[in-house]
Amino acid sequence: MPHDHHDHLSPSGHPYRPDDDHPLTYWQQMEIAIREILIEKGVTTAAEINAQIDAMDARSPANGAAVVARAWTEPAFRDDLLRDASAASASMGFDIGPMKLIAVENTADVHNVIVCTLCSCYPRNLLGLPPDWYKSRAYRSRTVKEPRKVLAEFGVDLPDHVTVRVHDSTADMRYIVVPARPDGTDGWSADQLAALVTRDSMIGTGLPKDPGAIAQTPR
Amino acid sequence: MGGDAAGPIPTEQHDFSLWEKRVDALMVIASSKGHFTVDGLRRVLEDMSPQSFETMTYYERWIASVNQNLIESGVYTTAELAARMSDVAARGATYGEASHE
Repeated sequence: MPHDHHDHLSPSGHPYRPDDDHPLTYWQQMEIAIREILIEKGVTTAAEINAQIDAMDARSPANGAAVVARAWTEPAFRDDLLRDASAASASMGFDIGPMKLIAVENTADVHNVIVCTLCSCYPRNLLGLPPDWYKSRAYRSRTVKEPRKVLAEFGVDLPDHVTVRVHDSTADMRYIVVPARPDGTDGWSADQLAALVTRDSMIGTGLPKDPGAIAQTPR
Repeated sequence: MGGDAAGPIPTEQHDFSLWEKRVDALMVIASSKGHFTVDGLRRVLEDMSPQSFETMTYYERWIASVNQNLIESGVYTTAELAARMSDVAARGATYGEASHE
């Protein structure tokens, strides 16, 4: 039976967003109440909340990809990034705030993967909000126990001689993986290289895209 | 939780709904203004029973923890929250209706 949309108009006469027309849950009721109380008490404003949501929506793995591509093309920046990733990413306009960010580099012999066993700590300033699987019980439980099997499920099959290092994030310390620069990319610009850097390659559950599969545009 | 046996990693992804983004924003804003810390958020999450992780969604756990922290830091009282939640529920049966005073 089609919805009767007349029942779903806001006081301003507009239809509610689709995710707004489900029955109100107890926890949504709590969120609305807390938000209104915080606004009334002057802790925040509706505009500040909206601005925070906009900023959250604007962050994406493209930020992290730009950092990685620069590390691939500028050795001095790579050194800075591995020494102090908070400062290096802040210098590119990606401020991580008071948290410590640590960049871990993949090499021919070492593959890094990040997890947060307790909750969902994630380098949000460089990658945006974490994917659902990162927050799942299965990923958080198994990555520290059987990382090679987990990586294989993501399609990352590593030779036995490659050491796998699992990094468990905390509330104040986040990790980002710097994947190894793919072969066959000599002479590529940072922008071209950034197109190879996927979200999962910076979590460690993926590898950069195959350069052969990316059509190069002359610059 | 780390090291416990578990099944295959779920691959479904959902778009965050407005109410979930608001919970996230409230957490970031309230903690940036010193009303509690990320550690406080996690303390309450870690105190929850394993059952909570089966029955509540991610941001449901977060709003429960944000609430606990804000009450502990004295930003508002349980009585204030209860009164406001009643007002909210009286406005309508959907999130959209209940969001408008």
